[in-house]
Amino acid sequence: MIGLEHYLTVAATLFVIGIFGLFLNRKNVIILLMSIELMLLAVNINLVAFSSFLGDLVGQVFTLFVLTVAAAEAAIGLAILVCFFRNRGTIAVEDVNMMKG
Amino acid sequence: MIQADLIVILPEIILAIYAMVALIGAVYTSKDALAPALIWATAGLMAVLAFWIAANGEGTNPAFNGMFVDDGFSRFAKVAILLSAAAVLLMSQDYMARRNMLRFEYPLLVALAAVGMMMMVSAGDLMSLYMGLELQSLSLYVVAALRRDSAKSTEAGLKYFVLGALSSGLLLFGASLVYGFSGTTLFSGIVSTVHHGEVSVGLLIGLVLLISGLAFKVSAVPFHMWTPDVYEGSPTPVTAFFATAPKVAAMGLFARVLHDAFGGAVGDWQQVIVLLSVLSMLLGAIAAIGQRDIKRLMAYSSIAHMGYALIGLAAGTALGIKAMLMYLAIYVTMNIGTFAFILMMERDGKPVTDIDALRQYSKRDPGKALAVLILMFSLAGVPPMLGFFAKLGVWQAGVEADLIGLVIVSAISSVIGAFYYLRIVFYMYFGDENEDPIDTRSSPVLGAALMGSAALMLVGVFYQFGIEGAATAAAATLVN
Repeated sequence: MIGLEHYLTVAATLFVIGIFGLFLNRKNVIILLMSIELMLLAVNINLVAFSSFLGDLVGQVFTLFVLTVAAAEAAIGLAILVCFFRNRGTIAVEDVNMMKG
Repeated sequence: MIQADLIVILPEIILAIYAMVALIGAVYTSKDALAPALIWATAGLMAVLAFWIAANGEGTNPAFNGMFVDDGFSRFAKVAILLSAAAVLLMSQDYMARRNMLRFEYPLLVALAAVGMMMMVSAGDLMSLYMGLELQSLSLYVVAALRRDSAKSTEAGLKYFVLGALSSGLLLFGASLVYGFSGTTLFSGIVSTVHHGEVSVGLLIGLVLLISGLAFKVSAVPFHMWTPDVYEGSPTPVTAFFATAPKVAAMGLFARVLHDAFGGAVGDWQQVIVLLSVLSMLLGAIAAIGQRDIKRLMAYSSIAHMGYALIGLAAGTALGIKAMLMYLAIYVTMNIGTFAFILMMERDGKPVTDIDALRQYSKRDPGKALAVLILMFSLAGVPPMLGFFAKLGVWQAGVEADLIGLVIVSAISSVIGAFYYLRIVFYMYFGDENEDPIDTRSSPVLGAALMGSAALMLVGVFYQFGIEGAATAAAATLVN
């Protein structure tokens, strides 16, 4: 029997993979965008699982909002990335280093 | 029913519709030629809305079943957000026009960000919190990268975007846990589950993740990494905007979540806020010492100032919220004046941000140097200036809430922090001779912002009691 905790475990695992993808990835900014997407989708699994187990629709409505915002976020991220590429000719993470910090 | 709801959110609707109509209008007509007019129109509309909200608002009006709350607290924050955004917009115009970066999107993105900020401070539900926060953040990512042809600006936008998206993810994961363990997304529902006995572990984890996401938005240490880079890389008018309205909105949202949704669990979040506050104040004071770039310096300064404002939040009392609101209002006023001066700094028409360029500045322009001196003293918290009274307010709240240790740390860090503010003053008055001095070309708006803000720092010692009543009332509606 698959219970709530299984869903939560999957979601938490995906979320942590997303965070590690952000911090450990040294290659490509596109992978950062994928990690961000992974984090948001992990949240969606959480919300839908809770919604189903609570018998409450609000969680699924929330999921739709998150999906919409995630799409907008990816669009803006890619747009900024294109501008960055035009200026620097690279999208490697280690080249995002003009300012120290 | 729906009509009553719509009337409550009318200011937001007006600003959002204005932004969309103006966007379409500008795209189909003269594009960037329309930008100066749009800046004045947007700033004018924001000022009108601010006065309308200040004059008309009364009582607590929940809309959409409590998802959106219009109360004294949100009105105070909205007035501060709208007025500071309008001021920064007007200050930007001359700077951007002369550097050929005045795009019509800029005022409209600021307007959309302002709509998001107004939603944030009025949020009564995790969903409206998230939507408001994202509307603000997405607009800010784009304005950070406003100079499409500048490597620095796009890099600032990219860094802000990646780290901002990470913080949104953390916040959202926390929100999903809070929803799952309390069974509702409404703040009023969450607070009632907290009151029935102890906070469950799941809810606590959700709360901590929510706090980390929000701490990122107020750039509190250890979630501050983006601040110096984004402040340095963004065009200066955009930096000025980042340092004012979004800080008010993020702190307002912070206070709303902690008090509206978790007001019954003050003991659980107080220690987290105290830690954020201590780290922010110390790092903001120490890391800024080595900075030579005034925009980076202001970034660390804003980290430290958010630490002081968090003291008010950590107190967990109405007095604390009042002190926090006063602190934010005063901080925003100081920053508008300081950035008006930074916008003026240039050499041969090129912007200069190096503090060494300020050596002996007082000889060339004593009036402006005096205004900057007053602002720096105020930022450092030297007694006769208003900035000192802002700190005094949060210290009082901290002492009353038995956070003596926190208050002592903040006093120490404010002494350390005074060093880099006073160094700027020292350079201006006693610095070595400077071979290539800067000229500070002033436009009427910038001059008025600088002088007005400096004057307020002096007269404000009496004037602050004008908004103190509003802040007290605002705090009373949030904490009960």
